Amino acid sequence: MTVEPLLVADQLTKSFGPTTALERASLQILAGEVVAVMGPSGSGKSTLLHCLAGIVAPDSGQVRYQGRDIGAMSDTARSALRRGEFGFVFQFGQLVPELTCLENVALPLRLNRLGRRAAERRAAEWLERLEVAEVSGKRPGEVSGGQGQRVAVARALVTAPKVIFADEPTGALDSLNGERVMRLLTDAARQTHAAVVLVTHEARVAAYSDREVVVRDGRTTGMERSGVAA
Amino acid sequence: MSIGQTFLGLLEAGPRHGYDLKRAYDERFSHTRPLHFGQVYATLSRLLKNGLVEIDAVEPGEGPERKRYAITAAGVTDVQQWLSQPERPDLYLQNTLYTKVVLALLTGRAAADLLDIQRAEHLRVMRELTRRKAGGDLADQLICDHALFHLEADLRWLELTAARLDDLAGKVRA
Ligand SMILES: Nc1ncnc2c1ncn2[C@@H]1O[C@H](COP(=O)(O)OP(=O)(O)OP(=O)(O)O)[C@@H](O)[C@H]1O
Ligand SMILES: [Mg+2]
Repeated sequence: MTVEPLLVADQLTKSFGPTTALERASLQILAGEVVAVMGPSGSGKSTLLHCLAGIVAPDSGQVRYQGRDIGAMSDTARSALRRGEFGFVFQFGQLVPELTCLENVALPLRLNRLGRRAAERRAAEWLERLEVAEVSGKRPGEVSGGQGQRVAVARALVTAPKVIFADEPTGALDSLNGERVMRLLTDAARQTHAAVVLVTHEARVAAYSDREVVVRDGRTTGMERSGVAA
Repeated sequence: MSIGQTFLGLLEAGPRHGYDLKRAYDERFSHTRPLHFGQVYATLSRLLKNGLVEIDAVEPGEGPERKRYAITAAGVTDVQQWLSQPERPDLYLQNTLYTKVVLALLTGRAAADLLDIQRAEHLRVMRELTRRKAGGDLADQLICDHALFHLEADLRWLELTAARLDDLAGKVRA
């Protein structure tokens, strides 16, 4: 059986000045699978994630989402793709400090032109699901790191994305909070059939994935192809 | 791991038959390597001889399974002592991973390859433990976490070692 991959990175090379961040890195993500991207600091994990998400353009190589070359899209089409199909969680929540947590989670829906009432209703459901309903009315500066990350996960999931990009989502949390974020993130992703690209250097965090890819010196090693597509 | 003291700890909650003790032990502490009945009854007779347990009830019939064991005051003191004593922290220094890395170094092999192979296997087991934890009760979570943190520690050590060896190799080449 061959399953058409949802997202493909094909031989990506990317340099920043004299530094080669990626060198012919390749990766395939199937719909609904959770893939951990591991490797030492500076090996190119974040650069790979940024290329996959269409935030950074590779110098050479191709990124295809549902068979479409995202490098060939217009900026507008690429932003629409990111807003509509992708969700993002970073090490530090990156929530908008002036908005309440509820407004933060509702924001991606508002940007997709959903009305305020409907957006906030759906945002409230996600806050509930991530066990942080109690911080709805607070601003990001008034909540704990663990709560903030769960709000960020809610914001990433609220648009029902097909792919969630998570770069060290538990990097700033203690073990207990980190586990909780991972459990809630992967449970929600599995229920909504979203794929997750999870950058982490922690094996306990990677253990929530279905498989791992290792990046070393800008190269992907090990099982860069899914075990499912055979 | 001390089977005797672990039995005593289990008996502190209440008297049990030998078979029952074995089952509790296997479930909580030795999922992958269950005790042999021989070990169970040898351990119990030693505890009995040392006055750390006593026969609490005997049911009519044949075989060792008739006896129910209870912990004695001396047994409680023994468990207490065992729990208040630290374990030798150097146990892990002599494990196979360490031996393999040293051998790889001695024979000029790449530590990174060893790391990749081992990481894949460690992660396979860690995924199983993570799944078991998700479906388990508090005791399951505790034992899975204990294993997960140790496996992670192995990997972190390997990771650091591989980075150091690559550094070293770079210096040698330069
Ligand atoms: N915007 C940039 N400008 C210049 N150099 C960059 C930039 N982004 C990344 N790099 C360099 O590219 C290499 C790969 O960086 P990247 O952030 O992808 O690593 P990483 O694997 O995510 O590391 P970490 O685990 O520390 O986050 C590094 O040498 C880094 O210094
Ligand atoms: Mg990074």
